[in-house]
Amino acid sequence: MKSICFYFQVHQPYRLKKYRFFDIGKDHHYYDDYQNEFIARRVADKCYLPMNQLLMDAINEFGSMFKVSFSISGTALDQFEQYTPEVIDSFRRLAQSGSVEFLSETYTHSLSALKSKDEFSKQVKKHQQRVFDLFGVKPTTFRNTELIYSDEIGAMVAEMGFNTMLTEGAKHILGWKSPNYLYTNAINPKLKLLLKNFQLSDDIAFRFSQQSWNSWPLTTEKFVGWLNEIDQKEEVVNLFMDYETFGEHQWPETGIFDFMRALPEKVMSNSNFTFNTPSELSSQLQAIAPIHVPYPISWADEERDLTAWLGNELQDEAFDKLYALEDKVKKCDDYQMIKDWEYLQTSDHFYYMCTKWFSDGDVHKYFNPYGTPYDAFINYMNVLSDFIIRVEDCYSKLKPVSKSKSSKIDKVLNAESNKKVNPNTKKYINKSYRFTDLESIPKQKLKALLSGIDIETLVLALHKTDANIKDRILSNISTKALKEYEKLEEEMTNIVSKTKNNARRRILNKLKKL
Amino acid sequence: MKILMFGWEFPPHITGGLGTACYGLTKGLMKHNQEVVFIVPKAYGDETKDVRIINASDVNIDLRNKAFSEYWNQLKYIEIDSILVPYADDEEFYRITRKYEHHSEENESVFSTNYKFSGKYGKNLMEEVKRYALVAAQLAVTQDHDIIHAHDWLTYEAGIAAKKVSGKPLVVHMHATEFDRSGETVNQVVYDIERRGMMAADRVITVSNLTRDIVIDKYGIAPAKVITVHNAVEPADKSEYFGAKKYVKEKVVTFLGRITFQKGPEYFVEAANKILKRDNNVRFVMAGSGDMLNRMIRRVAELKIADKFHFTGFLKGGEVDHMFALSDVYVMPSVSEPFGISPLEAMRSNVPVIISKQSGVSEVLHHALKVDFWDIDALADSIWGLTHYNGLSKMFISLGKEEVDNMKWDNAALKIINVYKSLI
Repeated sequence: MKSICFYFQVHQPYRLKKYRFFDIGKDHHYYDDYQNEFIARRVADKCYLPMNQLLMDAINEFGSMFKVSFSISGTALDQFEQYTPEVIDSFRRLAQSGSVEFLSETYTHSLSALKSKDEFSKQVKKHQQRVFDLFGVKPTTFRNTELIYSDEIGAMVAEMGFNTMLTEGAKHILGWKSPNYLYTNAINPKLKLLLKNFQLSDDIAFRFSQQSWNSWPLTTEKFVGWLNEIDQKEEVVNLFMDYETFGEHQWPETGIFDFMRALPEKVMSNSNFTFNTPSELSSQLQAIAPIHVPYPISWADEERDLTAWLGNELQDEAFDKLYALEDKVKKCDDYQMIKDWEYLQTSDHFYYMCTKWFSDGDVHKYFNPYGTPYDAFINYMNVLSDFIIRVEDCYSKLKPVSKSKSSKIDKVLNAESNKKVNPNTKKYINKSYRFTDLESIPKQKLKALLSGIDIETLVLALHKTDANIKDRILSNISTKALKEYEKLEEEMTNIVSKTKNNARRRILNKLKKL
Repeated sequence: MKILMFGWEFPPHITGGLGTACYGLTKGLMKHNQEVVFIVPKAYGDETKDVRIINASDVNIDLRNKAFSEYWNQLKYIEIDSILVPYADDEEFYRITRKYEHHSEENESVFSTNYKFSGKYGKNLMEEVKRYALVAAQLAVTQDHDIIHAHDWLTYEAGIAAKKVSGKPLVVHMHATEFDRSGETVNQVVYDIERRGMMAADRVITVSNLTRDIVIDKYGIAPAKVITVHNAVEPADKSEYFGAKKYVKEKVVTFLGRITFQKGPEYFVEAANKILKRDNNVRFVMAGSGDMLNRMIRRVAELKIADKFHFTGFLKGGEVDHMFALSDVYVMPSVSEPFGISPLEAMRSNVPVIISKQSGVSEVLHHALKVDFWDIDALADSIWGLTHYNGLSKMFISLGKEEVDNMKWDNAALKIINVYKSLI
C-alpha cells in the first residue's frame, strides 16, 4: 500500500494600506481594511467555501478512507473571524469529521525561524493555541512558512515537541533520492520529514490549466496513471499546495473542482494508494534516512531558496530593521503593539519587494498589490517608521524602572536600616513567602527585589526551576544582566540542591525585608 | 509699453519652474503699468484673470498667406526622432503620449486653420514648436506691440517669427540652457534653436551670471547683449498648511525636486548617511520622482537608513506646501541649476536652506548655507549645524525670510523694463 498525503496551505496576509510620509507619527492603523475584506470575501466565495464543501462531501462519501490536512495561518484565521466567519464554521465541520489534520505554523506566516528562536516559538505556540481554540485539536505536525526548512530549523521544531514536519523535496537537496519516503532531521532523528513531490503537486497547482503543457488537459485517469508508474517500493506521494489553487488560481472554468471531486474515487478504484495525514504517516512509516539541509530551502520559485523574500538590499533592510525591534517590543508588552509587530512580520511584505522579475516575475506580479518592489519598500518602511516611533516612545517610558536600579537598592538598604527603628515593619517581616510566589508578586516589587540580588544567586536559585517562574524573573532583569545570567548558567552546571535552596532562602529573605 | 510675450506654460498648469517665473515676471511688469499679452500653446481657462492670456490653439492661421508657407518651409528642417520630455514625469508622459495618439488624426485636418496645442513637453514637441511659430507670426500682425519677449528655447522660433513679421525688438529669456538639462551630452537640435534665438535677439536675459557665462562661452553670444536678471519669488500667501502639526519629533531635512542627475540627489543621500551614523534624531525626506529614484531607494536600503530616510513620490500643489511646513532644513544640492526658485519658496515658508554653489540662486542669496554639490562632508556639516544649533537655524529663518521677502518680481521687472527701454 502506498499513501497520498494532501496538505493545503491557507493563508491571507494583512495587506498594508497606502501609507505616506505625512502619516508617520500620526496614523497608527496600517491595514487596508477595504482591500483585505474584499479579498477575504472573494476567496471565501470562490475557493474556501466551495472547496471545503467538496472535501466534506468526499469525507461523507468515503469516511476515513479519504483524508487531507490543512495549515491555516493565524492572519487568515483572524481575517475569517473578522470578515467571513462562515469559513471558520466550515473548517470546524471538517475538523469534526476526524479525517482532517490541522498543522501548526507561525502565527503570522512569518520568517521568524530565520531570525529569532524566541519569536519563532512564541508564534508557533500562539498558533497552536489558536487552532486548538477554534477546532479543538492540538497540532503535532509542523510546517514552516513557505515550507522553509534547514537542519537547524528542524532541530528547533523538534525541541518544541513536534514529531513531524513538512518541507520541499528540493532537487538540490535530494540529489538522486526520491521525495516519496519518510526522512528524518539530520540533527534530531526524532523529527520525521515529509517532502513535497513537486512534480505531481505542481501538475495540479500550476500546470492544471496551462494549455501549452503537453499533458493538458489533466484528467484523473492521467493523474492516477502517473501515480501507478511510481516505483513499487516508494511509500508516499506528498501533494502540497496552496489551497487557493482551487477556484482562485485555477478558476472553476478550468475544471479543477471536477478534477478534485473525481480524484478520490479514481485513486481508490484504480490504484493501491490510500489517503493519509502527515501524523499518521509519521507513525506508520519507517524513516529511511536523515536528510541534510545546511542552508534553508523553501517551496518558492525555481531556486527553492529564500530569494523571493530576502537577499536584495530592500528586503534585507526592511527585515533587519523590523527584527531589531524585537527586544523592545517584548519589553513594552502592549497588546496592539505586539499584534502590529506580528502582522508586519508576514512574509508577503518581503515578497512584494522581490526584484527577481525575470524567472518567476509573473507569479510574483500576480500576488503583488504594488506596481514595483520600490513602491512596496517605500510603503512598508513608512509604516515601519511609524511603528518604530511607537516602540521607542513606549520603551523610553519603561526605561526609568531599570535605570534607577541604584536608587532601588538604596530603598532596600533603607528598608533594612529602618526596620530596627520602626517596630511596625515587624508585621511585614513575619509574612512568609514561598519561592513560587515570585510568579505572582507585583512587577514593581519584583523589580525592586531583583535589583538587590546578584546574578550568581539568581542562577543558583533558578536551577531546574519551573519555567514560568524563570520566565517571569528573567523578563524583569536588564538585557545586560540577562546576558551575564546566561553566561553564568552555562558555566555553573553542577549545582547541588543545598546551595540552590540556600540561594532561594536568601532571595526570600530579601523579599520579606522589602 | 506693449509686450508680446511667448511662454510655454502658465500656472496652475506647470511642470517646472518656468511657468512660475513667467507668472511672477508678468505680474511684476503689469505693476509697473506695462501691457503684457501672454501667449501659451494651450490655455486651460483657469489661469489667473490678471494677465491677458492668448491661447495659441484658438488662433486661426491662414496658410494661403505666402509669409506663412514660406516660414513653414523654412522651419521644416527641424526634425527630431527622439521624444523630448525634459520635465514631465513618467505618469505625465504616458498621459501625454496617449492623448497624442488620440489627437493625431485631428492634427492634420486642423493644419489649415487652427492647431490644438498640448502645451506639454510631449511626443510631438518639435511639431508644436514649429506650429507655435506660425501662430506667433499671425499674432505679430494682429496684436499691437512694442517688444517681443520669448521664454526658453521652445518659444524662440515663435519669437523669431514674430520679429520677422512686425520688425519689433526681440528679447529672449534663458531660464535654462541645454547644458543644464543634459550635462555634456547636449541635444544638437535644441542647442541650435537656442543659439538661433539668441543670435536673432536684440537682448538675451539670463537668470543668473552662471547662465550668462554659459551663454557667452558655449553659445558664443556677444557679452554686451547678455544681461542677467535674477528671478524672484512671489510673496507667500498663507498656505493652509502654515504651522501644520508635525507628528515626528525629529528634525526633518528635505530634498524636493526632480530626482535626476541635474539635481544631485545622490549627494543628499550620502550626506544623510553621514548624519545618521552620528545622530539618529534626524529624518530625511526625498520628495519628487525621476529617473534616478529607484537607484536612490536601493542606495538608501543598502546604507541601512531606510527607517530614517523617506520617499514621498511626486508631490502635487498643496502637498509641496505641506512638505515645507514639516521641514526644518531644505537642501538643494544641484549639480547644475541655472537659477533654482525652490530654495526661495522654502525660505518663504520659514525653512532654512542649504544650496549648492553651482546654482544661480546662490549668487543672490546671503542667508543660506552654500556648499559645492560634490562636497558631501561640507553638506553634512551644514545639515548638522542647522539641525543641532538652534541659534543658527533661528537666524537663518528670520534673516532668510526677510531677504526673500525683499526679492520681489517688481524689482526684477524694473530691470527688464530698462532692457526694453534700451531697445526702443
